[in-house]
Amino acid sequence: MPPETAALPAVAGTRPGPAPTTAPAQARPAAAGDELAGLDALQTERPRRAPVGQILRTKVAPPLVALLFGLLTWQLFVALLDPRPDVVPGPFDVARQLGVLLADGTLWGALGTSLWRGISGFLIAVAVATPLGLLVAQRQGLRNAVGPLISGLQVLPSVAWVPAAIIWFGLSDATVYFVVLMGAIPSIVNGMLAGVDQIPPQLRRAGQVLGASGWTMAAKIVLPAALPGYVAGLKQGWAFSWRSLMGAELIAIGGSIGFGLGSLLEQGRTVSNMAVVMAAVLAILAVGILVELLFFNPVERRLLRGRGLLGPRS
Amino acid sequence: MSTSTTPAAGRTAAPGPAIRLEGLTKTFAEADGPVLADVDLAVEPGQFVALLGASGCGKSTLLNIVAGLEEPTDGTLTVPDEGAALMFQDAALFPWLTARRNVELALELRGVPRAERAGRARELLELVRLPHAEHKRPHELSGGMRQRVALARALAQEREVLLMDEPFSALDAITRDLLHEELLRIWRATGRTIVFITHNVGEAVRLGERVLLMSSRPGRIVEEWDTRPWKDPDAYGFEGNAQSLDETLGELTRTITGRLREEISRHAA
Repeated sequence: MPPETAALPAVAGTRPGPAPTTAPAQARPAAAGDELAGLDALQTERPRRAPVGQILRTKVAPPLVALLFGLLTWQLFVALLDPRPDVVPGPFDVARQLGVLLADGTLWGALGTSLWRGISGFLIAVAVATPLGLLVAQRQGLRNAVGPLISGLQVLPSVAWVPAAIIWFGLSDATVYFVVLMGAIPSIVNGMLAGVDQIPPQLRRAGQVLGASGWTMAAKIVLPAALPGYVAGLKQGWAFSWRSLMGAELIAIGGSIGFGLGSLLEQGRTVSNMAVVMAAVLAILAVGILVELLFFNPVERRLLRGRGLLGPRS
Repeated sequence: MSTSTTPAAGRTAAPGPAIRLEGLTKTFAEADGPVLADVDLAVEPGQFVALLGASGCGKSTLLNIVAGLEEPTDGTLTVPDEGAALMFQDAALFPWLTARRNVELALELRGVPRAERAGRARELLELVRLPHAEHKRPHELSGGMRQRVALARALAQEREVLLMDEPFSALDAITRDLLHEELLRIWRATGRTIVFITHNVGEAVRLGERVLLMSSRPGRIVEEWDTRPWKDPDAYGFEGNAQSLDETLGELTRTITGRLREEISRHAA
């Protein structure tokens, strides 16, 4: 097939090793695969992994330095202006208070109660919102009908549901769960909708050409393709669960409602113990940061990297 | 699975054309007039047809109709009952699946039993010379490699007809040259009927046994060239060496380019 070889010598010349001299035409049939393999090797990036030292220097050190700087400023403020310790306690006062709360088990108990509620409420929200999101995403009529409502619900602070929940469920755990679900479900549904919207149309077409339809289209193409948006929705759903939970615990106290971190916060306020309030705020913040850092971030990064949606490691 | 090994020559006995279009017309909006008007085309089994035309001449629409993604407004269309495999300009691989799983999904959607899928997918990746890339995700592959995986996936559909919509137009020249060679090799090895859309005259001449020129607005087939006498001179009593063959192909390319430009300049007024 002589005509096809017309443009090949340019590639052959770039290969290392014995240079093709005058008549490479005879060697072509065997060389075609080699050339392709050579091109593949040239055009494929080797996976790079940043060394641990670099990760420590660029990713771990900066936030720690910033944290240290914040604590120093706080301490400096307290040392220089010497405010009333029951109004502005220093970092050492708060640390001491944290130690006390940990030692007598109050903080552990509150942490356990809140985490359990937050996580179980979040999981219920996932179980409800996932099929709901898929259904709404796949049915255009349904989407037009309830789409704006779901977006609206996401804007509404779910703490606004606390009075209604107390009237319906009294001061019970059901109130807390109701508020958590109203916070998390719209976020997760919205994440699923965004994920489905962002599916490149050619992937659906490819699925259609390959013979996917209805259920196979949803399970094999749409759901996996929408996963990045869905996970972003889960992440936001968790943040909303945790916030709503704290709000609900702060407002609804007593009855059969267990004692959580929000309740600890409110207790600190009633006895005017600023160190307890600060300790509770730090604990709430720490849970939020740790769940994000240890769970959602790795899951999301892994997912995005697997699809090449995250640049090379930096 | 016999189709994957039977050479093209073994299929000449197949009755009738693989694709037949008669008076095919497609109109999206009445005000704009037809996109395709009275397209007549018969493609014999095992033939490699290059469909050449400027952008916006309706060639993709024609391909989508043959693929069954769109309905014609008028005219008759005869295609194999099983439908056709289709490859796009964008490889459209599923980014969450490895190269092999992408091919396996095509087999799965076709109903191939689980136990056979991995082996068959490996065979197909070997056919496109990518056995080493089976565990790679699409984003780890170069554009040319992605298109080869897409080709393997299209072949996994085991359709007699393979439709290709400018599959190499986003690739660099070196890669495109090599892939032309690969595609011709795979076409000969599998005996598929291929309809290949392009706006690149050189590509059309190099790949197609038949080069069909389409006009724009409305799209219809205005001229046809048979390239086989240039490519297989012995069979057609041509004389000369490779050099003069290249020159003759170059001449054909220039002729077709001239006709294409003529078609395009008709729209200047």
